[in-house]
Formats: sequence, C-alpha cells, structure tokens
Amino acid sequence: MKIHLKIWRQKDSQSKGGFKEYTLDDVHQEMSFLEMLDTLNIKLVKKGEHPVEFDHDCREGICGQCGVMINGIAHGPLKNTTTCQLHMRSFKDGDTIYVEPFKAAAFPVVRDLKINRSSLDHIITSGGYVSVDTGQAPEANTIPITNEIAEAAFDSAACIGCGACVASCKNSSAALFTSAKITQLELLPQGKKETRKRVVAMVNQMEEEGFGHCTNTEACQVECPEDISVLNIARMNYEYNKSKILN
Amino acid sequence: MWYVKNALTRKNLMALTGLFLSFFLIIHLLGNLQLLLPVEEARLQYNWYSHLLAGNIVIKVISIVLYACILLHTIDAIYMSLKSKKANGPGYAKDNRGRASKWYARNMMFLGSIIFLFLVIHFKDFWYHYKFGEMPLDENGNKDLYTLVIAAFDQLWYVILYVLAIIALGYHLLHGVFSAHRTLGLYHPLYSKIVKFLGMAYAGIMTVGYIIIPVFIYLNR
Amino acid sequence: MKNSLNTKIPEGPLSEKWNTYKKKAKLVSPNNRKKLEVIVVGTGLAGASAAASLAEMGYNVKSFCFQDSPRRAHSVAAQGGVNAAKNYKNDGDSVFRMFYDTLKGGDFRSREANTYRLAECSANLIDQATAQGVPFAREYSGYLRNRSFGGVQVSRTFYARGQTGQQLLLGSYQALMRQVNTGKVSLYARHEMLDLVLIDGKAKGIIARNLDTGNVERHGAHAVVLATGGFGKIYYLSTLAMGCNVSAIWRAHKKGAFMANPSWTQIHPTCLPQSGEYQSKLTLMSESLRNDGRIWVPKDKNETRKANDIPEEERDYYLERKYPAFGNLAPRDIASRSAKEQIDEGKGVGELKNAVYLDFSRALKEYGKDVIVERYGNLFSMYKKITDIDAYLEPMKISPAAHFSMGGLWVDYELMTTIPGLFAIGEANFSDHGANRLGANSLLQACVDGYFVLPYTLQNFLADEIKNPKTDINHPEFDKAEEAVKKQMEGFLATKGNKTAEEFHKVLGSELYDKCGLSRSKEGLEKAIENIRELRKEFKENLIVPGDASEVNSELEKAGRVADYMEIAELMCVDALQREESCGAHFRIEYQTEEGEAKRDDANFCYSSAWEWNKDPSTPILNKENLTFETVTPSVRSYK
Repeated sequence: MKIHLKIWRQKDSQSKGGFKEYTLDDVHQEMSFLEMLDTLNIKLVKKGEHPVEFDHDCREGICGQCGVMINGIAHGPLKNTTTCQLHMRSFKDGDTIYVEPFKAAAFPVVRDLKINRSSLDHIITSGGYVSVDTGQAPEANTIPITNEIAEAAFDSAACIGCGACVASCKNSSAALFTSAKITQLELLPQGKKETRKRVVAMVNQMEEEGFGHCTNTEACQVECPEDISVLNIARMNYEYNKSKILN
Repeated sequence: MWYVKNALTRKNLMALTGLFLSFFLIIHLLGNLQLLLPVEEARLQYNWYSHLLAGNIVIKVISIVLYACILLHTIDAIYMSLKSKKANGPGYAKDNRGRASKWYARNMMFLGSIIFLFLVIHFKDFWYHYKFGEMPLDENGNKDLYTLVIAAFDQLWYVILYVLAIIALGYHLLHGVFSAHRTLGLYHPLYSKIVKFLGMAYAGIMTVGYIIIPVFIYLNR
Repeated sequence: MKNSLNTKIPEGPLSEKWNTYKKKAKLVSPNNRKKLEVIVVGTGLAGASAAASLAEMGYNVKSFCFQDSPRRAHSVAAQGGVNAAKNYKNDGDSVFRMFYDTLKGGDFRSREANTYRLAECSANLIDQATAQGVPFAREYSGYLRNRSFGGVQVSRTFYARGQTGQQLLLGSYQALMRQVNTGKVSLYARHEMLDLVLIDGKAKGIIARNLDTGNVERHGAHAVVLATGGFGKIYYLSTLAMGCNVSAIWRAHKKGAFMANPSWTQIHPTCLPQSGEYQSKLTLMSESLRNDGRIWVPKDKNETRKANDIPEEERDYYLERKYPAFGNLAPRDIASRSAKEQIDEGKGVGELKNAVYLDFSRALKEYGKDVIVERYGNLFSMYKKITDIDAYLEPMKISPAAHFSMGGLWVDYELMTTIPGLFAIGEANFSDHGANRLGANSLLQACVDGYFVLPYTLQNFLADEIKNPKTDINHPEFDKAEEAVKKQMEGFLATKGNKTAEEFHKVLGSELYDKCGLSRSKEGLEKAIENIRELRKEFKENLIVPGDASEVNSELEKAGRVADYMEIAELMCVDALQREESCGAHFRIEYQTEEGEAKRDDANFCYSSAWEWNKDPSTPILNKENLTFETVTPSVRSYK
C-alpha cells in the first residue's frame, strides 16, 4: 500500500507547529498504525532527520499512552479503539492521512505528537481514591458486593486515561474521565463514604486544570477505547449537586 | 466568585433556566393555538387572553422570572462558550470530530443565537407594540393584538423568518431538554432513555405546533 | 566464588520464618521517618505499592517512571488474575499448598523461604485491593469469585474480567496519588534512571534524565528501591511494552549488584502469532482462556482446510493427550514448548504456519455464549480488533512469545541486593518463581513485595540510617556518575553510523529467541555469544542517533536501552550455557528424558546462579546460592 502522510511537527511546547508531508510505499494491511509510524521513523533517522515523536507503550490498548488525531478523529476511524489497535487495513492504497496530537489547553504539546497529560493525574490526585492505608483492610468477603454492582463499577473503572474523551470533546471537557472514577468509587461501599468530599475536589480540580465543561454531545463515549458510558457524567453531576446541597 | 466561575454550577443554572423556558413554551403555544379558532371567536378570545396576561400580578411576577431566565440563559451561554474556546487551546487543523455527535448538539450556541435574534424581532413586533404602542381596541375593549398578529403573518417573508426560527428552536430543544436533565444528574439508564424520548417528542410537538400557526394564518386569513 | 552470599533467611520452621523476621526487625519511630528519604524507581504494581506504603508510614518518597503517568506501567497489561490462598472454594487450598504449587511450578529452583512468604501474604493482598475499590469479579451472592489457572488443581485466582492487572495497578496508582496529594511522595514522571550512585559502598541516589527536557538530574536518598520490571523485551518480539527495559537493573548490576538466573525467561503460550517483519510486539491473550479453550493442531501437517472444516478425529488435542491430569491447563513452559514442538513438526496453522488453534466451540456449546462473553468478552473483542477474526465463530490462532523474566537482581530474604541500601522488588528481582512462574503469581509477587514485605525489610535497613544526614548530591560520586552518563550519550550521538537502535534490537532479539529461547543447546549458545559480541561491536561503530541530548529524543532513549540489552544478552547466554540441566523455562536439548521432558540435575545444579559484573560483559563471575529444601523434597515435576 502507498500512504501519504501529513504529520504535525512541533519542536517543543513553545514553537509553532505545522504539517509536514511524507509518503510511504511499503505499508502492509496487517501493520498497526504505530508500526507504520515506526517504519517512517526508521527512514527518517537513516536520513539523519529527527523521527516523529509519539506517545506509545504497551501497544495492546490498555496502558492509555498512545493517542493521536487521525484524519481529525481521536484514535482514528474505528470507534472504541486505541491508536495502537488500529491497523492499516482500515485505510486504502493511496490514502492521505492527517496525524495531529490531541489538542487542548490542558494537554500541552511536548514534541510533535507527544503531549503532556499530567492534568489527568492531578484530577486523580485531588481525590480519585479510597483513603485506605496498607494494612487497614478488613477481610475481603466481609463486605459482599453484588455481581451487578461489581460489574457496573468495573465498567466505569475500565478507563485507560488516554484523553481521547478530551480530544473528541468540542469543549475539551474531562468530564468522562473524571466522572468514571467518581462513579466507580461511589458504586462500591468502600468508596462511597468519601463521595461528597471526593466529587467536589475532583470537579474543582478538573476546572483548575483548564478543562472545559460538558454539553452532553456524547462524542466522548463514541471515541472512548473502553466505551465508558456518558451516564457516568450524569452521575457525577448528581453527586456534585447532592453534595453541594447537603453540605 | 468561585461559585459563579464553576462550570457545573453554571451548567445547572443553564439547565434550570432552559427547562423553565421550555415549560413556558407550552403555555405560550396553548395561548397561540387560540389563533386557529374561527375568525371572530379567535379575535375576542385571543385579545381577552392577552389582556388577562398583561393585567395579572402573578403573571407579572412570572414574566419577570421569564425575562431573567432569558437573560441568564444567554449570558451563561456566552460565558460558557468563551470558556470552551479557552479550554480548546489551539484547535485542530483537520477536524472530523463531528462524526461522533449530532450537529445540533454541537451548535447549541449558534441555534441559540438565531433564537435570540428572533426573540428581539418578536418582542419588538408584538410585545413592545402591545405594551407601549398605540393599539386599536376590539369590541370588548381589549387591545386588538389579534389583528396585529394576523397582519404580520400575512407577509410571506415574515412567515418564512418565523418558521426558520422555530426550526432552530426545535433543534435547540431536541438537544437542550435531554441535556438539561443529564446536567441536573439524571443518570438512571432507563429513565434517562425515557426522558430523552419525551424530550424529543416535546421538541417535535413544539416545532410543529409553532409552525402550524403562521402557516395556517398565511394560507387562510 | 569471591563473595559468599548471605541470604539472611530467618531461623525456625518455614511457616514461622516471616513472623520471626517481623518480630525481630528493627523499627524506625514515626518522628524519625520524616527525616528519611527513599527513591523508588518504577511505578508498576511493585513500585507504586511500595512508594504508597512507605509514604503512608511517613517516609519521604521520590517516585520515578519513564512513562508519562505512573498509571501506564506495564503491570496494567496483566489480564488473567491474581492468586491468593483464601480457600474460598473449600477445595483444599492452603498457604502450604500454594507455596508447594509455586515451588513445583518453578521446578524447585526458587528459594523456599521467599516462596512460602509469597503464599503467606497472598490473602492480605486481596483484602487490601478490595478495600481500595478494585472491582474483583463477584458471585451473585456478592462474595468474591475465583477461577482456576494453569499449573494448579484448585481455584485460587481472583480476577477483574480480563483486566486484573489494570485494576490492581489503578488501585496502587491511586494509593500513590493519594500520597502525592499529602506531599509525602514527589512524583517524577517521564524520568529515566540512567545510573545508580554509590557512596562508601551504599546506594545513595540515582542519576535520571528528564525525558521532556533532556536535563540530567541528581537525586539522593537514604535507600534506593528498584521496581523496574522485567526485560523480556530483549527478545524484541514479546508481550512487553515498547519501553520496558533492563537499564535500571543492569546499571545497578554494573555497580555491583549481582544478577541472578538472567536466562530464565518465561515464554507465554497464548499470544497472537507474528504476521510480518514490521511487527513490534506480540499481544498476549490471557492464559485464563485455557480454562475453557482447547488447544489443538491438525493431525496432518499438509492440512489445508479451514479449522471448522476439520473433523474432530483429525484434530490432535496434544495437551489433553500428553498431560491428561492437567490437559489444557498444563504450566506455561510445558504448554509453550509443546506448541513449539508441533510448529517445528510442521503442524503449525496460519499463513506462516507459526500458530496452534485455541478452540472454544465446546465451551460455547456447553455454557452458552453469554457465559463466555462474561468471562472473556474483552479478550474476544481484543482478538477481533487485532486480527479481524470473530473467535466466537472460529478458533483463535495462538503462538508462544517472550513474557516474564524469572531472573533479575539477586536479593536476599529482605529483598536487598548485594549493594547495601539497594532493594529490588517485583519482577526486577529473581526470588520467588524459580525457573518458571505460575500464572497469576506475578501480580501477586509485585504486590506482596511492595505492600507487605518491603515496608518491613526496608525499615530494618533504615533504622541504621537515621543518624546519617540527607545525601549530598554534590558528592564526587554524583559528579562521576553524571559524567559517565553524559559521556555515554555523547558517544551514541557521535557514532553517526547507519543502523537504528531498533534495527539492532530486532537482530539481537531474533538471535536470542532462536538460541536462548524456548530451547537451548551448547552449540547454539556458544554461537549466540559469538554473534552477540559481533553485534555489540557493530553497535558501537554503526549506530545512528539523530538530534542531541538536550531535547526530547526517543532514539537516544532507545540507544541506551539497546546498549544494555547488548550486554545482558551475553550474560543470558553464558548463564544458560553454564546450567547443564533442564528446568522450568530453561530447556537444554541435551538434557531431556526419552519422552522429551525436562531433565533436572539436582545433584549438580540445585542453585541460583548469581552473576557478578567484572569490568566487561564477557567476563562475569559466577556466584552460587545453593538452594536447600528443608520442608519439601524436590520431585520430578509431572503434570501427567
């Protein structure tokens, strides 16, 4: 397959970036998108050019480190898929592919397609946990949790923190990310006790990091690799309102 | 100041004012449907109704709330749009994010702006005239708003403008009503679905209802 | 043998050793803890749990990871589950049974006391993780659910769908971030450790490079903990993340920490086969699939029909045939080697004939699709995403791939390396799994080391450090280490050859997979050593790294990692060559039974080899830790 690429190159967070064009002649259908970029990079390095920097690690869709805008869509044309799980069979011979980093005020570009998502870590830091020290835990079976609740909590907990929800959102909101953690911990009796404090802290932190608000367009769930439900956001709103009214 | 800056609080305000306005739309439509009665009956009935609204103290209070809602809803929208712009940072050179959501859900501000512009015209033509303008009286001594409305809808360009604005309103409601419930925290999967369906039905009924009136008048009177 | 290895195993009966240790271990009072600093490198399950636990106790912790967030560490990718001797199933499980299974699974090449402690602390981990909000699978009654896993006959594996590692890691990540919030942990993401700094023979700090700016930084502490995971990525094609590397432990090794059993790498049986040259990784499909999936190949090696068209009697369910008692749940090394045998015989399936079938048709018929979806739904959809094949309709194709390093830094009972003050936990050390790790034991070991062992043993060490002031990062040893690190990077940049680090890595990887992988031979290993030396020479002369060291430069990062791989690769071969027996994952073709099973030599090789760095990668010194079994008698491992 022959593929034309227009890739966003930006030296550092201060510089102005722009598209640069490349063409690859020997792309295989079974290659993953990142392997296609590897192929390009080997060529660039051999020419003495700086390779295209991009985030990636596990390459099996779970670490959440990869993620770029491909033809203007977070993680590319397939829905509910990470960039590393996207294969070149999703493209046609002769296609032109635009590759850009996720962009949001809270995700500054580090270099090329690499971005800084520590803002998401800060949201967790502000309260996305159960306050239990090592050694304090009671015997696990003392708190039965029904299968339905455990499964629902898992659905929310499955978030990989890639930031595609932010990138896909017209307001660059991190509501899906934040609400998934809030919902998971609210569903479980272990986490419930801290919900009121947690939800206010996390929502405020989200604000402070410069993320936008949610207007319920539901685009985030469509592009989310784990298909996290937008109802988590409603749940976050509910818990937030409740804690604001009751506190 | 934090209270005002907080996006979720602002969104709640947006949702509550929006829902109140949506409720008002039902009342307004019921009132307007009187225009479809036989001509003479419609004139007296409609003018009497308008007079009733203008004179009642409860209605006066409600109307002040209504004006406040329109203003708050608008100011909030502008504030949130600016915030969104800031949060978006540099933006994309190639942007196909739209494939994941409905166009009207993404363009609430645009639809809202059309509605706002329409409201300005609407207020000027009917509300302002009624309140402060010179108006002939009907046989019961009520101001003859009916004739004013019929005259307005006799002009094709005005009917077209009106219909376009109502379509914008319909789409605005299509997303707005369900979105407001989500914002306020309706997270139950089933009820959320029901509300989404009811919201769509409501938006449909409002759109059709408001469009029928000018079209009917234009064609029949 | 230059050094004598002191394992510091406490006296007394096996089941009392850990209690005895805890009773006698020195303590640090809470007001003294805040004066002490600890560096933890790595934020996987071991690193994050250790950093969080230490910070909760009151120590000041500096936590490092090369990823952009601690939550990305590769523990996240573990799918199947975590073992614990809770005996919730009332099926005869106990700490002793779990210990014995682990020891036997490791082919009696692990340290009895450590392995017992692993089993002993396993139950606590489930409690801790549950309290953190890890959504383990539940019965409809609300109690925790278990499943069975390869190599054992009880159901002791706890799981959270096929993402147990992710959920456990998020639990410890959140515990870590909670301590970041209290200010007890300073987090250094996108920082790569490039050297260990020793002052007066004690580990006192590290040199790290900020990968976002290129700045080389010095960090001092009273103790250093390495939780940097395994190095299976050395085979290039592996189940590991692209960034997984040996650099932290290898550079510690070069500063004096012994490296134990480096050649023992687990090759995981259920991975997706390679489809082409460009491939960068082999995705693992959880071994739990073997609970309900049946492995087979066509009996005829010239078979051309599609899997579903091959009738039952023309299929060879070779694991069920060869190991009737365990069948498809035979331990990983056996399952992998059997698959390789079938593939080598030409019975492999798929375009490159490099895979075997994993078939769910019987389970689908027996339990219905809903049950299978609930158990493995995400694995099936993952398979579909990668291969575009619907495994509900036709069997999966799987093949073995490099997965877990049983070897690693040699540690004593306290998890301290041969360098005082340098600890190694999780996959980075060597201690608990012997020559083969049982499924669902790696998450366990990482957590147990981090939550329950290190907090005690590190404290025992730190008790003597209270009198020592904060480490001075202007000490000449820091100057020296920083100088060396910078010089190495300048060397890479100045070579200006025409082969990228990745290309070298691929060559090295296939050489190792070929000669030091599933099966090894004297001849092959000797050849490999020769080739690796050759390759290392070429690497020195022909590497190309663009750009410079003061910017984001992923090629420079890779070059450093590959340089270390080039050195440890030789040690792996030397280690495999020296061990003239077959045990667990280490299969020397010269040492096998008539039936083709591994033949252990307890008389001559009942030891862990702990290698000592000696100036040059080609001249390591062998130290032996003799393994003594007080409680069990090593038997021939049979899964028939």
